[in-house]
Amino acid sequence: MSVKDYIRERFFPHMWCPGCGHGIVLNNLLRAIEDLGLNKTGIVMVSGIGCSSRISGYVDFHSLHTLHGRALAFATGVKMSRPELNVIVPMGDGDALAIGGNHFIHAARRNIDLTAIVMNNRVYGMTGGQYSPLSGYGTSATTAPYTNIDHGFDIVALAAAAGASFVARTTTYHVMELRNIVKRAITHKGFSVVEVMSQCPTYFGRKNQMGSAVDMMRSYKENTVPLGSKEKQEHPELIERGVFVEKELPEYRAEYDRIIERARKG
Amino acid sequence: MSQHMMFLQGNEVCVEAALYAGLDFFAGYPITPSTEMAEMLSIRLPQNGGKFLQMEDELASMCAIIGASLTGSKVMTATSGPGFSLMQEALGYAVMTEIPCVIVNVQRGGPSTGNPTHVSQGDVNQARWGTHGDHAIVALTASSNQDVFSITVDAFNISETYRTPVVLLFDEVVGHTRERVLAPEPGEIPLVGRLHTSVRGGVDYHPYLPREDGRLPMSDFGGVHRYNVTGLFHDMWGFPSNNPQVVHGLLRHLVDKIENHANEIARYKEYYLEDAECVLISYGSAARSARHLVNSRRPRGERLGLLELQTLWPFPDQIVREKCAGAKYIVVVEMNMGQILQAVKAAVPDPSKVFLANRVDGDLITPTDIRNILRLIWGKGV
Ligand SMILES: Cc1ncc(C[n+]2csc(CCOP(=O)(O)OP(=O)(O)O)c2C)c(N)n1
Ligand code: SF4
Ligand SMILES: [Mg+2]
Repeated sequence: MSVKDYIRERFFPHMWCPGCGHGIVLNNLLRAIEDLGLNKTGIVMVSGIGCSSRISGYVDFHSLHTLHGRALAFATGVKMSRPELNVIVPMGDGDALAIGGNHFIHAARRNIDLTAIVMNNRVYGMTGGQYSPLSGYGTSATTAPYTNIDHGFDIVALAAAAGASFVARTTTYHVMELRNIVKRAITHKGFSVVEVMSQCPTYFGRKNQMGSAVDMMRSYKENTVPLGSKEKQEHPELIERGVFVEKELPEYRAEYDRIIERARKG
Repeated sequence: MSQHMMFLQGNEVCVEAALYAGLDFFAGYPITPSTEMAEMLSIRLPQNGGKFLQMEDELASMCAIIGASLTGSKVMTATSGPGFSLMQEALGYAVMTEIPCVIVNVQRGGPSTGNPTHVSQGDVNQARWGTHGDHAIVALTASSNQDVFSITVDAFNISETYRTPVVLLFDEVVGHTRERVLAPEPGEIPLVGRLHTSVRGGVDYHPYLPREDGRLPMSDFGGVHRYNVTGLFHDMWGFPSNNPQVVHGLLRHLVDKIENHANEIARYKEYYLEDAECVLISYGSAARSARHLVNSRRPRGERLGLLELQTLWPFPDQIVREKCAGAKYIVVVEMNMGQILQAVKAAVPDPSKVFLANRVDGDLITPTDIRNILRLIWGKGV
């Protein structure tokens, strides 16, 4: 199958701006699914609201486009009822970590088998460039005209601390890595978080003088290093990419089957 | 009804009835005075292979049951005022996406944290209009545990028939009153199952194309048909659309499918209405006191009657109008500042005949309270 076979052409043209990173995420997500040879009918996409969340409509899987921040809660309901399905949750940084922050840490804590792909563009794209909990101190946004005094989350550290059993970070520049990490995340049994640094040239880029989409992607190349590289020690401001956590822990839905067994024994 | 007798709290009866109706997925967050339901379901559901989830909050609970319902489960959540407030956005999502689900609100005093352990009926209008945007909703209630049973089963049936969320608006007194209930035999009350599409896999299925009778057959999400579900206005494929015709058509559909069936959805009980000069209209635990008063005054020849509403929304205008046609006075007995009062006034030809007998201090309104107010209105007898 080609990537074209995984999309709903009826839905196109897509709504993303030229140069938006979210399309790269979609493309590589589909390639990862193709590599894995997954059946379209076995995949559910559950998303919230945001530019990133629109991914769910474009794909020819079961797609559930829900409320801002709540995708993981809906996905939990789906997974608990139909554990055989592969449930993938594309999310925005605001969606996952501001309004949906509570659901995010609790899904991680339960270690329920969902794949959360957080497209971190450090901004609220859909509503026009307000700061997000990932914008970071000193950045500019339409609601931070005098610069932002909110500090940003570290998604990887947060997810790991909350109990996610697979945690990774990559960028839209590193597409082969993105594709491979998404594959591993989908295959992993348990709650998987993939942070994908994804450019929003329209708002974050423009407000923070980061140049074009290409310039922003180049900065991903220059400002990130593979996990464990020596450069990080010399330049602590570099951002690490790779798989930070990958461990086998009891998965929630499987654990619930044991509850059912216990309850039936009485 | 036969045989199996139980002595239970209203909350427990609701759980028994939900299981009778086929409940197999519950998600909730503890809150007084509804918590017993979650505790009981955490025991009972897994015994049948069902799922009980204690979520991180009520927003998540409501979202989780919607996700589960879409895949084919019969779902419910239970809460009280503060939690019901948190559920409103997702409740609107269930309205928009037409996903069957049952939301129990065992009402306590509000606003805010209010009076957690005391009775109130203050969420009647919130059930109607709590979520944003034009919409219709179904809200049912009951005053005795036997009725809690049948109304709960009805709630599941209505939610499947009309593909809609149904709110069960109980209250603290009903929830915590222990009384005898006869459990019906399996099959004694007919159950409405999920209406599944007959469209085969691989064939274009239109998840949002109503049949001629207005019903929308579903395909279990995650099953053979891949389709889109969204809270945006959408066309028959479930694809987002802001085409004015599509938007108008969907909104009309969502409202009409409920409002046009108000009489079928209406559940009520009547006592001595044939010749009543003064008609009490009441519901939930307040209706217990109203019924007591009517029963005790009738032997003295006072022409007092009671219309007990079990369906609050869609408001049964026509039924209320007909039942009150001969009344000189209509007195709405409720434990709020007059929420159903307004609906009654809007329903009858002469709203100046409609009065309120209420109590809002956290104690159950008593027959004496009602009688004292009636004396002022009626000016005689009682
Ligand atoms: C309850 C609620 N609050 C606010 C909004 C408005 N809103 C829509 S998307 C969004 C932020 C999107 O940012 P993000 O999640 O980072 O996704 P992006 O668009 O950047 O991909 C907001 C605030 C909403 N839809 N619902
Ligand atoms: S606003 Fe930003 S995030 Fe949204 S589509 Fe445009 S570039 Fe992408
Ligand atoms: Mg964003």
